[in-house]
Amino acid sequence: MIRILLSLVLTLAAFAARAELVIEITQGVDNPTAIAVAPFDWQNGGAAPEDIAMVVQGDLARSGQFAPVDRKDMLGRPSTEKEVFYRDWRAISAEYLLIGRVSGTEQMKIEYELFDVNRQTKVFNGTETGPASEARMLAHRVSDAIYEKLTGIPGAFATRLLYVSVTRNPTGKDYYRLTLADSDGARPIVLLESREPILAPSWSPDGKEIAYVSFETSRPAIFRQNLATGAREQLTNFQGLNSSPAWSPDGGTMAMVLSKDGSPDVYLMDLASKRLTRVTRHYAIDTEPTWMPDGKSLLFTSDRGGRPQIYRYDLRSGTTERVTYEGAYNARARVAQDGRNVVVVHQSNGRFHIAIHDLVTNRLQVLTSTELDESPSIAPNGSMVLYATKSGDRGILAAVSVDGGVKFRLPAREGDVREPAWSPYMSQ
Amino acid sequence: MKHINVAGKALTLLFTAAFLVACSSSDTKEDDDAAARAAAAAAAAEEAQRAAAASAEAEQRRLQDAVASVGNVFYFEFDSSNLTPDAQRSVDAHVALLKTNDKTVRLEGHTDERGTRDYNMALGERRANAVRDYMVANGVASYRIETVSYGEEQPVAYGSGESNWSQNRRVELK
Repeated sequence: MIRILLSLVLTLAAFAARAELVIEITQGVDNPTAIAVAPFDWQNGGAAPEDIAMVVQGDLARSGQFAPVDRKDMLGRPSTEKEVFYRDWRAISAEYLLIGRVSGTEQMKIEYELFDVNRQTKVFNGTETGPASEARMLAHRVSDAIYEKLTGIPGAFATRLLYVSVTRNPTGKDYYRLTLADSDGARPIVLLESREPILAPSWSPDGKEIAYVSFETSRPAIFRQNLATGAREQLTNFQGLNSSPAWSPDGGTMAMVLSKDGSPDVYLMDLASKRLTRVTRHYAIDTEPTWMPDGKSLLFTSDRGGRPQIYRYDLRSGTTERVTYEGAYNARARVAQDGRNVVVVHQSNGRFHIAIHDLVTNRLQVLTSTELDESPSIAPNGSMVLYATKSGDRGILAAVSVDGGVKFRLPAREGDVREPAWSPYMSQ
Repeated sequence: MKHINVAGKALTLLFTAAFLVACSSSDTKEDDDAAARAAAAAAAAEEAQRAAAASAEAEQRRLQDAVASVGNVFYFEFDSSNLTPDAQRSVDAHVALLKTNDKTVRLEGHTDERGTRDYNMALGERRANAVRDYMVANGVASYRIETVSYGEEQPVAYGSGESNWSQNRRVELK
């Protein structure tokens, strides 16, 4: 029995390794802030279980707004304030210096201090504690704090990603894996493996549950799954489409698309009673619902005007208004927490790009220059958009900042990756 | 079905003729003649039945060959769920065969990779439904047809460009 379990664990680990993402930064801001993250001192003896400083350095680099100093250029390795000599850091043009200490075996404690090299002052100090098994997540929380201190925007490093990875099988059915990883692509875990398509993964607002569409029954069906317990529930099994699950901001309702009554329409399912309410009634395709952060209206894609465009349905008044007009194809909206920035898939000149539509000015700005871009997902702090695109014949993930200034790619080591879903802030 | 009915009718007529001949006989020689005639009639009837069965079998084979030659995949233009004349001819062949049996079919709608996945899921369903509606209009009962859309999830050709995309915009009959 133990051997069987072990082999299962090893198999999953092998899958995980193949599904792992690699990060390649392709474009940063023009004048990124130079920051030195000195290796954190491991105070328990022996080898440190995790290179916390390297995780923080990777996070800051990936934001595109920081240019971390290379370790081998550092003239000292301070881990306490009295070991800091500012001239060592001015000499290598570092604007900021982060130092830290890590202790604890079961419970890990990270203490850190941030210094302004030019002003020669301590800017900030902080502490993160938590289970040692979550060392990387603790490091991401350090990154979040540093990022917020220096940019004024909360960080979104201590978050997670869902995505679908696919291994092609030339002689039969492909392998689909619903994968959960940290925001930097590390620690991938396969949540579901299937020979039938898996798509449309989405998060519950508290980050504890997910929903997705699986064809495992030979037809599409919507499932919800608890991440801590693994408990899974099939929510729908209707004739026709069962797609696009989207959790309401209060967590009690799920918007979805069903075609059981003829054409694809948006429905709401009360998750406690499983009672369905039909939202749209149109012979056109109505699909891809997403909630406004206040939960009072939904955006969705419809081709009722001839081509797919974004529409907004007001739940109280029951009225529908068209949102996008620019270009012949705008679909699959996702709204930032500010309720203003809407990312969409936009077609221009036959190419599909990610664009951002401002609900206040009604202006649309194309963010990407890659092709066949789809499935945009916005970070909970509204700073970055993760999306799927193609590189050669392979599906990869890529990210772009909402101002278009920062870009990076996250190809998998093997196979195709698609349908990224950035988690909300995780309740601790 | 039609051919079997014709054969059945021919058989009935022949048996009736043989019976009438048999009844009209009154002496032994006549009886012998009558018996011979009845035997010949029965043989002819058997022959007719065999011929009818062979013809029905040939027709069935012709329909199956027609289906085999058009294949199980119907192709579509970009962003369209209208059956092209080519696709219509292919579906016609399947309809002709389906009307001779009581099999159920599954129509799987697919799209190319352009556009969003969930919108393509709806577009794939539109294509499968278009084939279903055409079949129903031509006499196949709707309860015999199941439709399911796979959107862009199961391409036949993985590359980009029209030569690959045109192979992926399809409905497969299974």
